Amino acid sequence: MPARLEPEPVSRRDLLGLSGLWMTAAAVVGSMLGALKLPMPRVLPEAGARFRIGSPGDFVPGTEQVIKDRNIVVRCTEQGVAAVSLVCTHLGCIATRSPDGFHCPCHGSKFGDRGEVIGGPAPRGLRWLQVSRAADGSLVVDLKREVKPDTWYAV
Amino acid sequence: MNGTGLDVFWTNLKQVPTSFRDSLVRQGAPTSDRARAQAVFSNVFLHLHSTRSHVRTLRFSTTLAMGMATLSFFLILVVTGVLLMVYYKPSVDLAYESMKDIHFVVPTGRVIRNVHRWAAHLMVITVFLHMARVFYTGSYRKPREFNWLMGMGLFVLTLALSFTGYLLPWDQLAYWAVTIGANIAGSPAELTDALGITGWFDPGGFQKRLLLGASEVGEEALIRFYLLHVMVLPLFVLALLAVHFWRIRKDGGLGRPGGTPTVAGKGAAAIDADAAGAGAASASPGEVDVAHTPSEAGAKTFGLMAVIRDRTPATNLDPEDTVPSWPYLLRAELFIFMACVLLSLLLGVFFDAPLKEAANPSIPENPAKAPWYFLGLQEMVSYSAFMGGLVIPAIVVLGLALIPYLDREPGEAGTYFDNATGRRVAWRSLLFGAVAAILTVAIPVNFGWLRSWFPGVPQLVIIFINPGTLLTAAYALWSIHVLRREGSTRMAAIALFTCFLIGFVILSYVGSELRGPNWDFYWSKSQWPVH
Repeated sequence: MPARLEPEPVSRRDLLGLSGLWMTAAAVVGSMLGALKLPMPRVLPEAGARFRIGSPGDFVPGTEQVIKDRNIVVRCTEQGVAAVSLVCTHLGCIATRSPDGFHCPCHGSKFGDRGEVIGGPAPRGLRWLQVSRAADGSLVVDLKREVKPDTWYAV
Repeated sequence: MNGTGLDVFWTNLKQVPTSFRDSLVRQGAPTSDRARAQAVFSNVFLHLHSTRSHVRTLRFSTTLAMGMATLSFFLILVVTGVLLMVYYKPSVDLAYESMKDIHFVVPTGRVIRNVHRWAAHLMVITVFLHMARVFYTGSYRKPREFNWLMGMGLFVLTLALSFTGYLLPWDQLAYWAVTIGANIAGSPAELTDALGITGWFDPGGFQKRLLLGASEVGEEALIRFYLLHVMVLPLFVLALLAVHFWRIRKDGGLGRPGGTPTVAGKGAAAIDADAAGAGAASASPGEVDVAHTPSEAGAKTFGLMAVIRDRTPATNLDPEDTVPSWPYLLRAELFIFMACVLLSLLLGVFFDAPLKEAANPSIPENPAKAPWYFLGLQEMVSYSAFMGGLVIPAIVVLGLALIPYLDREPGEAGTYFDNATGRRVAWRSLLFGAVAAILTVAIPVNFGWLRSWFPGVPQLVIIFINPGTLLTAAYALWSIHVLRREGSTRMAAIALFTCFLIGFVILSYVGSELRGPNWDFYWSKSQWPVH
């Protein structure tokens, strides 16, 4: 009998009420979190990352050309062809050619001739991109595949 | 009988204007103080005011009118913003054209857009000044800590609103400022890259994709920013505003020395401190010592002491210093509102908001600048994107938010800088903060930074040791120095806040005026190289 008179830590009525409250809260928070998955895109709406840049014959060793739409520079030497991204590794502005390399207009990052950082806030060098050959023989650059600097695709 | 029903109907119809007015305004025409007071507390909008206001509240020097000015600009922004939405089309192909339409074709479109832009700038300024006023008068102190937090929320929302609005014109300025902003959101990759863990832990990429809905600024980003700008953020602002205003009332109105005692506890900490000093039984701050007070009250025959916490009954003291809110407070508010409308209208008529060429993802603006209030950040971003763009701002906002919880010294709200010591600390901190901020710019401009001295220095070192982080550390050390010297958290807070304020002003000035193409330093725009 004394046991029944001892005060319970949580009364039965409170337990039911509190569990109802917490279950409601859990349901609301849970469904909100589920709904918040919506803004996270599963497929990114953008143009394909692989694109043709021309046939090997278009590139003469010792020259380079900037492809403006894709923000890359295609360079050709005796070793082969390489594509370097012009998107600044700092905050995504587009670097331009300077006499000794590349420089970015936004926050003054400076890159050397091989795209290596020589000044400014850029955390790393410009990205070198994979060059390959399509079935029809033309050269293809893949913006999503980065290769080590000084990787030349022999043509 | 037919006649009776019709008669009643006719009588009711004829009395519709009168009975409608009676249902709208229950207390009758506001011809007496009493009727006006009733109008104030029975109207849902007016009841944010108390029926009577302290004369000190109405003085310009008490508030500098900055809170009301901020609200006024917000209202102007809502109205002009809704009007702009009539013509604006949030689509990559149409946005820029619709901006041109608004500027050149739509009736009053040019002025409405200009007013929207100017009111946005002015609102940012008044938010800053309002925050400074509240801080320097110590108005964040108990019981107003939570309202300071609401204010911080509104501060962040204001900046977010102006940042999201910046993209909408879809011109070069907008495109590149937002590209930079989105990459700042992605800049934790700077750290994870340096640690080599980006492959499986990439919070930067996650944030950037969530913000842009893509990997570049494009259609998805535009519609997201539009949604945030016109819908999500304004709703949050309205919710926080309601709480902010409500808490002003509930926390006892504007803080003032010897302010009105309230149940919520005007200067409760001060009373407790007095009690503790006198060796009386001391309640811990914030606890209403109900059990203790009635006996004392009985002995002294101050019945009110049981309800209202103060040393003396407020009877007949305070009401004499108050005036009816209608007309005195409402008139002052209307005056400020009209002044704000006039100012933004004048600026809008005479100075056009900028609209550059349409966005071009291949050619960045040179220099590409964010709005002026972000240029202090951009200055720090030009050392390290991750630290300058994310970590330091987060530390600043967190530090500001914690002020009322870290400085819990008892004291009354309403006196600028508290006392002579406060003024001295503020002046010295202003000097220290200014010198440190100028050095932060001058040293890298003249001598370069780590990478110019040691070309092979690892990125990790630059992330943590750069002018931005050193400036933040210098401010923190200065504040700690003041804390030890003065032995007062309030003085340390004044030191830190003053440093933050002057640092913000100086870095913003440098970013706006002294940075030119390639973010190089120029004393004047006339020295910029011609392309």
